[in-house]
Amino acid sequence: MSPLLASAGPSLAWYLTRSSGIVALLLLSAAVVLGVVDVRRYSTPRWPRFILDALHRNLALLAIVFLTLHILTSVLDSFASISPLDVFVPFTGSYRPFWLGLGAISFDLVLAVSITSLLRRRMGYESWRAVHWLSYASWPIALLHGFGTGSDIQSTWLLVLSLACMALVLGAVLARVIPVWGRYPHRARAALGASAIFTAFLALWLPGGPLGSEWARRSGTPSSLLSHRHAATGTVSHR
Amino acid sequence: MSSPTQTLTDTPPPRPASGLPRLLAGIPADGAMNLAEHLALHGGPPPLSRRGRREQPPLIGQIEEAGLHGQGGAGFPTAVKMRAVAASRGRPVVLVNAAEGEPASLKDRTLMQTVPHLVLDGAILAAEALGADEVIVGVCESARASVSSVAEAIAQRGAPRRRSARTRLVGVPAHYLAGQESALVNHVNGATAIPSFTPPMVFQRGVARRPTLVNNAETLAQLALIARHGPSWFRELGTASQPGSTLLTLSGPVAHPGVYEIAYGTSLQSLIAAAGGATAPSRAVLLGGYGGCWVAGEHLANLVLCDEHLSAHGASLGAGVVALLPAEACPVAETARLARWLADRSAGQCGPCVHGLHALAAAVKEIAAGGAQRGCEQRIERLTALVRGRGACGHPDGAARMISSAMLAFGGEFADHARHGPCDGCRDPAFLALPRSSDNFAEHGRSTAGKPVRPR
Amino acid sequence: MSYRLRVNPIACEAHGMCAELLPERIALDEWGYPLIDNAPLQPELLEHARRAVQACPTFALLLERQSRSSAR
Repeated sequence: MSPLLASAGPSLAWYLTRSSGIVALLLLSAAVVLGVVDVRRYSTPRWPRFILDALHRNLALLAIVFLTLHILTSVLDSFASISPLDVFVPFTGSYRPFWLGLGAISFDLVLAVSITSLLRRRMGYESWRAVHWLSYASWPIALLHGFGTGSDIQSTWLLVLSLACMALVLGAVLARVIPVWGRYPHRARAALGASAIFTAFLALWLPGGPLGSEWARRSGTPSSLLSHRHAATGTVSHR
Repeated sequence: MSSPTQTLTDTPPPRPASGLPRLLAGIPADGAMNLAEHLALHGGPPPLSRRGRREQPPLIGQIEEAGLHGQGGAGFPTAVKMRAVAASRGRPVVLVNAAEGEPASLKDRTLMQTVPHLVLDGAILAAEALGADEVIVGVCESARASVSSVAEAIAQRGAPRRRSARTRLVGVPAHYLAGQESALVNHVNGATAIPSFTPPMVFQRGVARRPTLVNNAETLAQLALIARHGPSWFRELGTASQPGSTLLTLSGPVAHPGVYEIAYGTSLQSLIAAAGGATAPSRAVLLGGYGGCWVAGEHLANLVLCDEHLSAHGASLGAGVVALLPAEACPVAETARLARWLADRSAGQCGPCVHGLHALAAAVKEIAAGGAQRGCEQRIERLTALVRGRGACGHPDGAARMISSAMLAFGGEFADHARHGPCDGCRDPAFLALPRSSDNFAEHGRSTAGKPVRPR
Repeated sequence: MSYRLRVNPIACEAHGMCAELLPERIALDEWGYPLIDNAPLQPELLEHARRAVQACPTFALLLERQSRSSAR
């Protein structure tokens, strides 16, 4: 393994993992927003339907590129010993198994959505659409994964960025659900209820969780890495 | 009840009757011809030779020579349809269409109730000609007498001979569109009875993805007679372009409304006379079905019932509906009610049909209620042109045809209503029966219904 | 060998991308559903027609090959 990847401190791979993860989250948020723009048929003369549709598709594909980079670098990096299996199978890893597992689940869902989209002509419209709904699930799971495993969450800029993505996606869900409230009242209520619960959960959990003290230990970082962490990042443990 | 040992080939064929009735011949007083009566009157179908082929010339050739056309409304040449099924890959299925979703038509349920064996004969003969191993008889569920009559007839025939098709009965919901070819096939396949986009046509891929011959019950009954008596006999009645006899459902101010068998080319007046004469003067007639064509009263005296003559009025016999409208009825109100009813029958699958028929119904109602701006008639004209051919089935075309023909036939009455509002006749109950049915898809919000309108 | 455009009216959900991509042959009615001029496509329009067919989200737009002899 290259010296860079094998270093005990913050390696290139570690930075790449974190940064590509953040970019992937940003792009996925944009893709979800554009997906709602697509299905609600918003367009302007400058931004016709076919352009916005292509933008949705291409941003999603770009997100997957960064997601792949994020996953590859996290596996290759020797710091946290994430195995290739942990990428697909949740909760089997040694490093923050629950929070990493959420990432695996989210990735599985993204894979399902993207593969079916590439093969959509062969699948038939109805089946493709049914799988595509899973994107609404993959996003919040990815966000939770980011909060749970991310080592930068306590920095203000990343918190603001994550919450901004959250607001955007929430806005997209509202824009998706409210216009069809009359026609599908049960589904609309379920969607809004789930979003409200998720938001409330974040509001209640974040301060005492990832933003609280010793989150690295509480989230399941192996003890062998804990002291390493403090030395590597040079952070002083918060209370 | 026929003896269980009696087979279809025991009785020799009698001399064919000349003239009418043909399909409706020999119907006993208590309603249904059983197998014995059927064989006594018509004789058995042409016998199978030892090699399993009919001794007569090939059936499809006979049908072609006879010039038989579909009796379900579309009038498609039967021989061409049979050849198309024969040319498709896979073992075919014969599907008898007695769904009869058209409320003004009673002929198919009458046939199935009174002469089920004639229809079954035709279906089995067609099956043998195509190498099909299955005959499915689709009968309207609500026509209970017909359903039990067919079930009884199938039981009377017993097990099929070797290499003959087995027969089964399928109940079809009483929806307007359920008798459409692909809708019927979808129902038999276990899906909702609404039309599908074609291709593939049902003669290529239908029941269980096999080539399917869908024929109206009357068509198959005619086929059974042609197989026995030959094409020349068939052509003894009717006209050159429309040979043979046909069943019509006559309704309106006549002494005995109901199902009548006529030779093509008979005049409307003779039909009315055969029905006991008119009980009141008629101001118009609706031909073909509720999605058919209005013909104004001044033409009724000389109207000849064959498509060649009727095309001069833009009409055709279609499913054999002849619905006379009495003089006291308001044709504008009837048209408005019909337009609304047809709009509600839409399967809700195609945007131009869902939105177009709704807009048409609203426009006709606007004229009927009076105070319509001059633009109303132009709007109707534009909308009828806009919906034609833009659905997956012929439903929007039928509604457009009915409304266009009404505007033409009742131009004066429509202008009157537009200027002065509803007339006395508008308040009368509807003359044309518009059954309430469970197939209001647009209302029930099926998963693909609620066809969106793109925001502008 | 000529090509014609056809729409599956059941699949069509009035997204309207086809009309954006091939305005020469596809217009939209007042409800947003396509009105297709289905005369045979000239060769220079074929690429645009293919793109329009690809863009349709519900696979409703179809490009059909037709030999010159077959009647519509």
